[in-house]
Amino acid sequence: MTDSLGRRTLIAVLGWTVAIVLFFPIFWMVVTSFKSETDAITARLLFTPTLNAYRDVFARADYLSFAFNSVVVSVGGSVLALAFAIPAAYSMAFHPTHRTRGTLLWMLSTKMLPPVGVLVPIYLLFRSTGLLDTRTGLVAIYALMNLPIVVWMLFTFYKEVPREILEAGRMDGANTWGEVWHLLLPLTLPGIASTGLLSLILCWNEAFWSLNLTSSQAAPLTAFIASFSSPQGLFFAKLSAASTMAVAPILVFGWFSQKQLVQGLTFGAVK
Amino acid sequence: MAASAGENVMGGTAAPTVAARRPGSWLVMPSVGVLLIWMIVPLVMTVWFSFRFYNLLDPSVHGFAGLDNYTYLVTDPNFWVSLRNTMVLLVAVLVITVGLGTLLAVLFNQPFPGRNVARVLAISPFFVMPTVSALLWKNLLMHPIYGVFGVVAHTFGLQPVDWFAQYPLASVITIVSWEWLPFALLILLTAVQSLDQEQREAARMDGAGVIAQFFFITLPHLSRAISVVIMIETIFLLTIFAEIFVTTSGGPGNATTNLAFLIYSRALLQFDIGGASAGGVVAIILANIVAIFLVRSVARRLEV
Repeated sequence: MTDSLGRRTLIAVLGWTVAIVLFFPIFWMVVTSFKSETDAITARLLFTPTLNAYRDVFARADYLSFAFNSVVVSVGGSVLALAFAIPAAYSMAFHPTHRTRGTLLWMLSTKMLPPVGVLVPIYLLFRSTGLLDTRTGLVAIYALMNLPIVVWMLFTFYKEVPREILEAGRMDGANTWGEVWHLLLPLTLPGIASTGLLSLILCWNEAFWSLNLTSSQAAPLTAFIASFSSPQGLFFAKLSAASTMAVAPILVFGWFSQKQLVQGLTFGAVK
Repeated sequence: MAASAGENVMGGTAAPTVAARRPGSWLVMPSVGVLLIWMIVPLVMTVWFSFRFYNLLDPSVHGFAGLDNYTYLVTDPNFWVSLRNTMVLLVAVLVITVGLGTLLAVLFNQPFPGRNVARVLAISPFFVMPTVSALLWKNLLMHPIYGVFGVVAHTFGLQPVDWFAQYPLASVITIVSWEWLPFALLILLTAVQSLDQEQREAARMDGAGVIAQFFFITLPHLSRAISVVIMIETIFLLTIFAEIFVTTSGGPGNATTNLAFLIYSRALLQFDIGGASAGGVVAIILANIVAIFLVRSVARRLEV
């Protein structure tokens, strides 16, 4: 009775309706990016596709430099966060003390410190040290911003590595460095990759620090896109083209990595 | 910043003998160190500035302000509105995303043709950067003249709605929910998939209907995953900024000003560092209240 044809049809219709409704804004953005500006301000679906909008966005010569900044600060921030987090997570997973739980919770609680609460001092510190509007400054901020979550995720992955493997390595004469480099890293490479991926997504999409700490030199795509919110920038096709280009790489990353993302994001709470 | 954990960390830095004996345990120190600096330095500066007169435009006004910045802050009606907006935004988005996310997770767990593709489409909004989703909704969908909603309304002979003028906070809630619903769905779907089917089968045999199964088996099973979703979302929702910056700039009036945006406008639009810092201190206190509550009720349920 529960598997009647009517019920199955209902589920399929519901599922696809939800998927289409949720995806519609993205679909519409991509469609609009191929329209001419006159077609873009109408909601019609039939139009002659054109690449004009993309050409115009590229003609604003700075687009590529924004994209370059996005790549540099996202990759830089993620790599730096991983460099700090890998030893920390190793230490907590394999050499736990009675403080480990407290340290982990404390780390996560620093994420709840609202960035805006410390915006003023960071802004002033950056201004006085010349880090304002530099990629270096943004890399440092992004690494610190993601460090707690990266540590948590890696910790979760490391906890699943049988301790016997590392102990066997130590018996064979591996020191701490060898243990981490030759045993732990290869074993947990998928976990490290998905952690890095999430960090990359968070950095790529981060808007608060990038909008407030950069102006022209180091501004990533988030800042570029925000510049379209001004009235004189209101060209729907160009806006859509720029948005599509800003979102596409990370969207495709996300599609391919959703399984690993869930695994890491849930801190092992969802088995 | 749970206080007890902080003490533990401090104790950890001052234990070289333990570190020497156990080469692995000191490796946590670099991360603890940078996070400690990242937390304490700006925090001390924020607290310091909040007791000073400090305006970037008017250097003649300086000196110790006592509680003036705080008095000014709490007597400003905008502050209370922003506090209310921050909480409304947090609670509304949590209710929408967790509620709908749970239902959708159950739906997407059912087999139907093309389910995997439908899932990928449904979770996609999570990967769209906040500035883009804000612009997308503002211009392509909610624009009263050219937006899809307006055009659809016209087609049915209805008066198009100027969303950001008439329902500003609801519009922001809609956008933020659209971004975070896929996240809740992604996590909860994985949790639903791990549900023991035999248990459900047994319940069904005992005569439990679909609704009873949902409330007595699925929902309890999901409670840990729901905790995770609430915890992660709260971290990000308390600090919502880009969506408001791009769509309404806190307006009209102060209708969509949350604490994050209020401090931003004090500091970087009015250059009132002292006032902004007082706001920052309040934001930190608020975050701590929420953090203590969360750590007590949610984090405890996670395996550490």
